[in-house]
Amino acid sequence: MSVKRDDLNVIIATDCGSTTTKAILIEKQGDTYRQTFRGEAPTTVEAPFEDVTKGVLNAITEVEELSGRRILDGEKILTPANGKTGVDIYVSTSSAGGGLQMMVAGAVKAMTGESAQRCALGAGAIVMDVLASNDGRADHEKIERIRQLRPDMILLSGGTDGGTVTHVVELAQFISAADPRPRLGQSYKLPLIFAGNKSARPQVEEILGAKTALYITDNLRPVLERENLMPARHKIHDIFLEHVMQQAPGYPKLIAMAHAPIMPTPAAVGIMTEKFARANNYNVLAVDIGGATTDVFSVFGTVFNRTVSANLGMSYSISNVMAEAGLENVLRWLPFDIEEQDLRNRIKNKMIRPTTVPQTIQDLMVEHAISREALRLAFDQHCKLAVGLKGVQQERTISDAFDQTASGQSLINLMDLNYIIGSGGILAHSPRRAQSMMQMMDAYQPHGVTYMAVDSIFMMPHLGVLSEVNEKAALDVFYNDCLVKIGTCVAPVGIAKDGEKILEYKYKLDDGTTGEGELKFGDIVHIPCEKNGTMQLRPMKKFNVGKGPGESFEAKVEGGVFGLVFDGRGRPFDLPKDSAARRAALNKWAKAMDLYPEHD
Amino acid sequence: MAHAYTPGLKVIPCMVVRKKRLLPIPGRLKVKIGDTVKANDIVAETELPGKVHSVNVANRMGVSAKEMVEFLKVKQGDTVKAGQVIAENKPFISWFKTTVESPVTATVETISEVTGQLLLREPPKILALQAYVDGKVVEIYEKFGVTVETEGAFIQGIFGVGGETNGEIAVAVSSPDEELLAEDLLDSHKGKIVVGGNHAGWDTIQKAKAIGVSALVVGGIHDKDLRQMLGYDIGVAITGHEQIGLTLIITEGFGLIPMADYTFKLLKAREGQKASISGATQIRAGVMRPEIIVPGIPENVSICREDMRGATKIGDLVRIIREPHFGQIGKVSSLPSELIKIPSESHVRVMEVEMPGGEKLIIPRSNVELLER
Repeated sequence: MSVKRDDLNVIIATDCGSTTTKAILIEKQGDTYRQTFRGEAPTTVEAPFEDVTKGVLNAITEVEELSGRRILDGEKILTPANGKTGVDIYVSTSSAGGGLQMMVAGAVKAMTGESAQRCALGAGAIVMDVLASNDGRADHEKIERIRQLRPDMILLSGGTDGGTVTHVVELAQFISAADPRPRLGQSYKLPLIFAGNKSARPQVEEILGAKTALYITDNLRPVLERENLMPARHKIHDIFLEHVMQQAPGYPKLIAMAHAPIMPTPAAVGIMTEKFARANNYNVLAVDIGGATTDVFSVFGTVFNRTVSANLGMSYSISNVMAEAGLENVLRWLPFDIEEQDLRNRIKNKMIRPTTVPQTIQDLMVEHAISREALRLAFDQHCKLAVGLKGVQQERTISDAFDQTASGQSLINLMDLNYIIGSGGILAHSPRRAQSMMQMMDAYQPHGVTYMAVDSIFMMPHLGVLSEVNEKAALDVFYNDCLVKIGTCVAPVGIAKDGEKILEYKYKLDDGTTGEGELKFGDIVHIPCEKNGTMQLRPMKKFNVGKGPGESFEAKVEGGVFGLVFDGRGRPFDLPKDSAARRAALNKWAKAMDLYPEHD
Repeated sequence: MAHAYTPGLKVIPCMVVRKKRLLPIPGRLKVKIGDTVKANDIVAETELPGKVHSVNVANRMGVSAKEMVEFLKVKQGDTVKAGQVIAENKPFISWFKTTVESPVTATVETISEVTGQLLLREPPKILALQAYVDGKVVEIYEKFGVTVETEGAFIQGIFGVGGETNGEIAVAVSSPDEELLAEDLLDSHKGKIVVGGNHAGWDTIQKAKAIGVSALVVGGIHDKDLRQMLGYDIGVAITGHEQIGLTLIITEGFGLIPMADYTFKLLKAREGQKASISGATQIRAGVMRPEIIVPGIPENVSICREDMRGATKIGDLVRIIREPHFGQIGKVSSLPSELIKIPSESHVRVMEVEMPGGEKLIIPRSNVELLER
């Protein structure tokens, strides 16, 4: 169905998540698009329904009831909008049924293997495994692994154009020997994209042509110094729509209902993050911490990266956060003593009953401690992969290409980071916004001046897919209804003795409010401010807030529901080792941030 | 009347239980519709392709991949024995002779002139799929498996480890709040499903394994004991594949928690009867809980029924499943519809629960579990 994309007045958008399908209604009010109503319903991919559209219709029905607008005629979406009936367009994203699950392969793990991984992640996939000639596993282990995994598709890369054929052929033979089956649909052939050395195409076709649904695209690493991820990424999206989703319960109906291609949820969030970053010329970090997984997106300069930490989350995967972070790292954030056995049992009980909520302040603090570690670990994983190139814009020399894997941190620079957007229950629904800000400050430890916000009801997926149809509508809603600005964090980089002056500041807000003060090492200062403004920052000579040690400068204050925070805990920041001192410090900072109510 | 949806575990004295038994890859069915099967009967089987081993003959012979074929003594499709020579050269001086032997008994699957490798596939392994429960075959899926149906008690636990097994039920404690101690386990418990009360410690678990107990069913265990038992920390609750010598199901949670009286009584009522049990748990979308199935209709039950739960109503018994009252049981006394601010400052929907002593607690609705009526 064709829709005039610049003439939209009423839009309905859904995101089909693993457990909940969320619908939002967007209406044009004057010249601005606003999100007006929302509804949600359980996702219906699993038995007994096995039809994703049932959940979509239920969520839209809730929007109908709340808005008084008639959107559905039975199972059909009424278009176009006419008075209080119908909508102009319906768009949707989906991560239900486990999202898009891929296996990728490359000749050398740190080179084409990593490029293939970045390509699949950027397309919104969960990468189940990275297979490479030098991944340290014996050949029979690789073959066994391929056979055990049941991905939705495989991305095979390897070799620069004109480079190694042998390793690519070897990987193709391993895949052929494993004869992998797709996760969904017993009868159809597993899609496999070959995006490697073009000289190896004839051999790959011969080995895999009959056993898989083989697609050949441009090499994603045509030369060592350059990645070309977009052709393979587009092919992943095409196959996701044309093959994978056709096998999922009810998806052929959903595809027919929607007026734009269904997009994997993380791909849509990535698009929205990129559009926000580019529209404001910001370097952005966006995180979505869910019950099972944590997605991290970054845009630094022109480079977009996405990673998904498949087993770091706050309910289903909460126990894995403890296992990966270690008990000590969780305990360090708690300003009270708790028995190890008690904490372990509590975390396991949350894992087996994932929908429970903290009732006491202590329990809330435990969840916030775990979330800091989940955010930190997912960010570490992101930093390890966000090291490379993106598409053809990024040119690097061979020595840089080697350097990326050696340093592993070349793209994420905390001092250059302008904006952090948090989403997911623990960040978006914390009882106090200060708690969301503090979790992000502790987990990411931003340097210099960083603005912070949360996505109030996780609208970024809807807006990402909408932005492909009408960018203005998506950005209007993003600024007006999606982003809840929390405020600005100023964190001088450097180390001093507790109580030593490290920064002098003056600020002037747009409503005329002015103020000034100084920040001492080890302290946090909070200044409530909802309005934007400017601030003069004068760091002491060993401290850097963005322009170098001791360099003063003027920066923008972005006001928000919490305001301006001067974080004097130093960078690198570490908690006191002594447990009484650590507890005292945590309590002091919690008081400065008014984090929690008074409690026993 | 006010009501709320509260998820709970199924603990049902008698219902129709259908279990789908499917092979991972196509195979052969060994039964037909209407057949009566025992839990250990094979209902379908298939051949799992053997492991593949690669041998880089070109490297071992010191020749190019293309030249390698001249030295091969086997061709694609041949069967080779472990130690059999698969390639050799013929130098003038026999000292310089190089041979390559097959590391396994296998079939030559691929010979590659590009990589210089041979891929050797071991013989297939038979995968036999058991019926898992005593019952009747009511549905077949050509080449993949069957559905077995039985009538009997169906009890879900909250979490389990270990795979499918079966055995006679033996209750080794006198009440659901009694700890199952190592000394409660007897040699006669070998091969049985042993039911305890509020907890089983590490000593008990070890003794159960030593005796050869098929499965343990208790209210709770400590996470540290689970870690010790498995040798690792469970990160995500996807279990059932553990090879630990017994299947363990906890019915309530982690810690010392009395088994729900209703569950305990039901298991006690079926003591001495054969049950099928699986520890497989998957707590994600498509949730799967561990289960105990006791085929047969108990004497005092005349009609089998489906799960009666769903909406929680005033007067229902609920268990609190989160601190600070974790594990306590009370009666729903009020279901206010408005959002209420709880001590953590979240605004949530709550219920008022009256405790046995008369105290009334305000608890988030998501923090309770409905007990069987």
